[in-house]
Formats: sequence, structure tokens, C-alpha cells
Amino acid sequence: MSLITPDFGLLVWMTLIFGIVFFVLAKWGFPMITDSVQKRADRINESIKKAREAEERLRNLAAEQDALVEKARKEQAAILKEAAASRDSLIEQAKVQARDEAAKILDQARTQIAAEKESALRDVRKEVAVLSVAVAEKVLRKDLDDDSSRDELLGRLIDEL
Amino acid sequence: MNMRSLIVPVVAAAVLLLSTAFSSLAAGVRRYSAAAERGWTSPAPDRQPDLTQADEVDLDMDEYLYGHVRDSYEWHITTINGHHVSIPLPVIVISKAGSGAHVFSSKHLEEGEYQGFWIAPDGKYANKIVEKGPGGEQIRPWDFSITKNVLGLMINSAILVLIVLLTARWYRKHDAAEEAPAGGTGIMEMMVTMVEDDIIKDCVGEDYKRYSPYLLTAFFFIFINNLMGIVPFFPGGANITGNIAVTLVLALFTFFTVNIFGNKHYWKDILWPDVPTWLKVPIPLMPVIEIIGMFTKPFSLMVRLFANILAGHFMILGVIAVIFLTAKMGAAVNGGLTVVAVILGVFMDCLELLVAFIQAYVFTMLSAVFIGLSRQKEKTS
Repeated sequence: MSLITPDFGLLVWMTLIFGIVFFVLAKWGFPMITDSVQKRADRINESIKKAREAEERLRNLAAEQDALVEKARKEQAAILKEAAASRDSLIEQAKVQARDEAAKILDQARTQIAAEKESALRDVRKEVAVLSVAVAEKVLRKDLDDDSSRDELLGRLIDEL
Repeated sequence: MNMRSLIVPVVAAAVLLLSTAFSSLAAGVRRYSAAAERGWTSPAPDRQPDLTQADEVDLDMDEYLYGHVRDSYEWHITTINGHHVSIPLPVIVISKAGSGAHVFSSKHLEEGEYQGFWIAPDGKYANKIVEKGPGGEQIRPWDFSITKNVLGLMINSAILVLIVLLTARWYRKHDAAEEAPAGGTGIMEMMVTMVEDDIIKDCVGEDYKRYSPYLLTAFFFIFINNLMGIVPFFPGGANITGNIAVTLVLALFTFFTVNIFGNKHYWKDILWPDVPTWLKVPIPLMPVIEIIGMFTKPFSLMVRLFANILAGHFMILGVIAVIFLTAKMGAAVNGGLTVVAVILGVFMDCLELLVAFIQAYVFTMLSAVFIGLSRQKEKTS
């Protein structure tokens, strides 16, 4: 049967033709196609990975943001509290200082007043003494002219002593 | 909705039209039968039938079937009024009797002997070119003629190379990572990717890249030749993948690929398989079976493709033959059976489209599996 006996000439031609087709396609045909498709597949996989990473980062970012806001709020509260404390302490300090200052001024005034009073007293005393001496002089001058009165005066002075 | 309601009348009209066309053809079938009787590839002048008596001639079924599926020295297209319309092809023969190389057109052989060569009408070398040997007997010269199948192979290969290189050109001109092809390139990409992902990667294993060009070439080569075999007129119609020489070469390519690149583990599995020792010594029962297996694998590849495609051609030819066989049974029988034959023919053609794909797929997949088995690593257990 000629159908199941391979013909030699056709074998040779088939080997040649298939060989050439294989060579051409293996060199310039299929690797180009499969490599390009592979490259695209790699690219798509990479893109998906990147997108997932970006999503992850975005989610992290939101969390980070929340944390940041929370922290800022806490800090704000802390700062406010601190400000209040420092304000209170400042006022307190100012009060104390004012009180001290007032006391100091009062003290000063008091000493000055005392000194003034002393000097005024001294002046008055001096004036009184001068006056007394003057009065005494006048009295003496008149009384010493009169012996009886001089004696009386002497007597009284001695008594007084 | 409109389209669906249109389909039934359109198909019915087409079938009716086709059957009337075939019925009118039936009138011409007598001439066809006469031509078939004469035989297409061995048109010896003395066997020329008298066309006036053609009514008496029956359709030569053997000649009709085998004439269509076998290789021939000319490409027969049709027969009009007993005249063959065919493309003569170059005959290239080197005489074994000593008259050297001869190149001539096959149309010279229609009249009989030419330069000492003729086509044997029957016998051991029926329908092949023979010459007279030294003892006077018929012998085959070295025959490298561009036969119908060789020309078909060349045309189909040219189409395949063109398609694949055009596809590859698209990738050279575009950045495939940035854009995807559309149209024909897209279809090719889809098919290449399918073969590579579904067959080659899965069956060959990790070093598939080395075998991918061969397996892809085998797939597309078989596929395009199968498809062109279904086309009933000129560039197609040659029964290429249904020819044992063609499938033998394909199977040999797989055989050599498997056995040349087989690793140590593959050879150890053949020569010293993991079976009880008494199966290997003193009678090397398992090694013998394994060595036979080395050859039966490509043999099955060869026969499977050959038989499937040949059977497909036979079935379509058989269905169409019904029209011509019933030509003499009257218009009613012939017309009715023509409708049946056309419907069956359409069905068979669709089936053959499927078979064309499946056989290419199966050949590639089994080749990939055999290659994969020859590259298997030793199991570490």
C-alpha cells in the first residue's frame, strides 16, 4: 500500500522544508513573540505589585496621619496646660513680687517717716530749749533784779533738784 | 432577535440552492465518472474511454478516494469534458540505471513514457515514476520530484513563515510592554501564548524555553497544513499531514529532540529502571520494554496524526461521493441525498476544523510530555 510506505523523495523534501521553517521561525519568529509577551506579563505583574505597595503605603499614610493628628492634639493640650500653669505661676510670682515691693516701699517710707519725725522732734526740742533758755533768761533777768524773787527762785530750783 | 429569526430561512435557502446546483451537476457526473475511470495520475492513452459511452461507466470509488489523498506528480484541479485541468509540476529524478539526472515537466508523463521514465499504472510502484532496470524489470529511480505534497508543503510553509514573521515584526516595531496588539497579530499572540502556557510550560517543565521554538513550530506547522488540507481548491487540498512521510519526519524530529537532550536520569530509567532486580538480570526484560517504548512513542505520534487526517479526508470525500454515486438513481433520490450529503459535508468540514486543531495540539502536547519526561530530575525521596 503506497499510503503507508513513506516516499523517500517526500521525506527528503519534508526534512528540508521543515528544517528551514524551524530554523527561520526559531531564529526570527517565535522567540521574539514569546519574549515580548513575557516582558509584558512581567511588566503587568510588576505594576500590580507596585500598585499593591502604593495602596499599602497609602493605608499606612492614613494611619500615620491619624497618629500625627492625635499627637498634635495631645501636644496642644499639653501646651495649653503648660501655658495655664505658667500663667498662674507668673501671676503668683508677680503678686509676690508686688507684695515684696510694696512692703519694701512701706518699710522705706516708715523709716523715712521715723527719721523725719526724729529730726522734727530734734528741731522742736532744740527750739524749745532755745525758747526755754530765752524765757529763762528773760525770767532770770527780771527776777534777779529783785532779791526776794531771786531767793525764791533759787529756793524753788533747789527744791526741784 | 431579528438575526436569529433570519438564520433558519437563509440556511434553508442555501441548502436548497446548493442541492439544485449539485443536482444539475449530476448531469455532468457521467463525464466525471469517465474521467475517474481513466485515472488522474496514470492517464495511459490506450485507456482513454469513449465519452459517448460514458453513461455506462460507474464512478471508480477507489480511484476517486485514493486519487484525492495520495501524492501525485501534478496538481489536479478539475476535469472539464474529460480534459484534466491541472498544474504540471517539475519532475526531478536521478536514474539508478545510469542515465543520470533528469528534470522535466510532469505534463510529459501524461502521454506515457518520457526520457525512459513513466508512471507505473499498477504493481508495487503504482502511481510512482519508474524506469527500466538492468534486468528489464521496473525499478524506482531516486525521485526528488516537486510533487503535489512538496509544493503544498512549500506554499503552506511560506504562508506560515510569513504570518509568524509579520507577527514578530509587530513586536520589533512596538514596545510590547506598553501596548497589546490587535487584529491578526492579536490572534497569533493569543495562540502562541496558549500553546506556550498551556502545553509547553506545563509539560516540559522548568527549562521549557529551550524547546519552546521547536514545539511552537511543530504546532503551527501541523495546524496550518491540517487547515490547508481542508480547503478544497488549489493552494489547499493537498493531503499533507495525512501523508506518512510528513508525519514520520515530524515524529523523528521529536524523537531526536527527546533522545539527544535526555538527561542521565532518563537513560538510567531506560537501561536500569527502578524495578526488582530479577526483571533486569539475567534477562533484561524491563530495559528491552523501555527501549521499545523509546520508539513506540514517536511511532504513535506519526500514526496518530497520519491516520486522523487521512480518515478526515476519506470521510469528507465519502460524504461528497454520495452525490455522484446516486446520480443514476433518479432526480428524487439524488436530490434528497444531495441535501443530506451537503449537510453532512458541512458537518464533516466543521469536525475536520476541530480535528485540525486537536491533532496539532495533541502532537505538540505529547512531544512536550516526552521531552519533559526526558528532562525529569531524580526524585529525592
